[in-house]
Amino acid sequence: MKSVADLRVNAVERKGDKAVLLRLAASAELRSECRPGQFVQVRVDGAKDTFLRRPISIHHVDEERGEIWLLVQMVGEGTRQLGCLKEGDTLNLVMPLGNGFSDVETLRQKAGGKEPRPLLVGGGVGVAPLYYYGAWLKRRGIEPTFLLGARSKTLLLQLEEFEALGRVCVTTEDGSYGERGFVTQHSVLAGERFTSIHVCGPGPMMKAVARYAKTEGIACEVSLENMMACGLGACLCCVEKTVKGNVCVCTEGPVFDINELTWQI
Amino acid sequence: MADLTTNIGALRLKNPVMTASGTFGYGIEFSDFVRLEDIGGIIVKGTTLHPRQGNDYPRMAETAGGMLNCVGLQNKGVDYFCEKIYPEVCGIGTNVIVNVSGSSPEDYAECAARIGALERIPAIELNISCPNVKDGGMAFGVTCEGAASVVKAVRKAYNKTLIVKLSPNVTDIVSIAKAVEAEGADAVSLINTLMGTAIDIEKRRRMLSIGTGGLSGPCVKPVALRMVWQVAHAVDIPVVGLGGISTTEDAVEFLMAGACAVEIGTANFIDPAVTVKVAKGLDAWLDAHSCKSVGEIIGVAE
Repeated sequence: MKSVADLRVNAVERKGDKAVLLRLAASAELRSECRPGQFVQVRVDGAKDTFLRRPISIHHVDEERGEIWLLVQMVGEGTRQLGCLKEGDTLNLVMPLGNGFSDVETLRQKAGGKEPRPLLVGGGVGVAPLYYYGAWLKRRGIEPTFLLGARSKTLLLQLEEFEALGRVCVTTEDGSYGERGFVTQHSVLAGERFTSIHVCGPGPMMKAVARYAKTEGIACEVSLENMMACGLGACLCCVEKTVKGNVCVCTEGPVFDINELTWQI
Repeated sequence: MADLTTNIGALRLKNPVMTASGTFGYGIEFSDFVRLEDIGGIIVKGTTLHPRQGNDYPRMAETAGGMLNCVGLQNKGVDYFCEKIYPEVCGIGTNVIVNVSGSSPEDYAECAARIGALERIPAIELNISCPNVKDGGMAFGVTCEGAASVVKAVRKAYNKTLIVKLSPNVTDIVSIAKAVEAEGADAVSLINTLMGTAIDIEKRRRMLSIGTGGLSGPCVKPVALRMVWQVAHAVDIPVVGLGGISTTEDAVEFLMAGACAVEIGTANFIDPAVTVKVAKGLDAWLDAHSCKSVGEIIGVAE
């Protein structure tokens, strides 16, 4: 069930130059509603030109600490205001929203009877939902492999946390960490066979990965971040063209199988 | 507990708060947040005779105190509504009103007739004011002749409560209101969105896919309120007020300007429970001001 909730900010951790991690206290009931790949709509108070809520993906649900984590890239006035939050402040969320990544049963189907070997590919702040997905899969006995890309090492978000969770492959465009180049050029793609690919990041990156997956015949889903107003399927602003026509990313997505989309790949 | 009931012609509302078309889906989308039966009326999204895909993305741009949209009446058509949506919404326990749009007077009339056959839809809101479609929509709502031609055709085909939604993108909204009144409209609702645009200065181009969109949100409230006051003082049929309402006090202003009911639109995006909060807030406001009924404040502003 979706709800509007006021959550206490337990901690605000700066992540590099342009991102913050918000750790929010959340009840067990709220936490239990959250599936990996879903998002929340955050009300931004105190920013004069920010009228709408901001859709932010769920970065993690921490059961030990009783928290929901949001990783926020500060790109405009609204998200910069979120970066100014302090411990003890309250944040108003509408949550949880959207469909989320494939569940275990779907991963098994995609693996065609074999043990699922999902590859989680993230670029920039797009790594955010993959952390919770990876942790969630691991608790269910599925070992995820992460493939993370950024322009340079300082822009790799939550790298240590990902490395604590599982195997991490990295590319940077300037070669300052991991392999030099784009995620689609990483050697792991040439050397190993995955049963499904799950992507969140900039549009061109997602399209490149989708093209790879399509060529290799690997099931692939992508998490889109079209601009949204309501987040509830009412305003019809965030639509994506699909084989079924225009559909709302906020309710039919944000995660789509690439075969549902009309991308020219 | 003040008496919150109000009437739009023959249509009785348990309270004066309704939802604006296109901002509340079919109501069902908001059932986790509010008891839908606590809303005075739910005006569901714009419905046309044939399915429409709407405009391309991007359809939205945020502005100070509001937003622009150019959705372009995306909907699955009246048959889909009758077969799939109506069974879901007819038992909601409040007035469900269908917003009807079209590209010719005949279109409007046929769509209205189909909705008219649905027993538990007591009213329609005729949208002659959508700024985001090329064919029809606002084209009818910006001249007295155009507005009159649609209302005349629909009036013949539809005998329940007919509310006509007016465009603010006109020189004289009062003359349009009078023209639709003369053709038998039971009520008018105003305002639809104000046409505007926004520019991405880095890309040096307009942000919306069709260039322009309709402005809504708190930033339009003073314009809406002025128009509601003018129209309410010029016509004899009921006026439904909307445009930027997000608080109880906003609703009180529209009622005092002469609206017998209000619609809440864009504010639903910020607080999905705002409708019921405003309805409860009205009750408290009337009590605090020793008013026994909402009727006591309708049109009192000089």
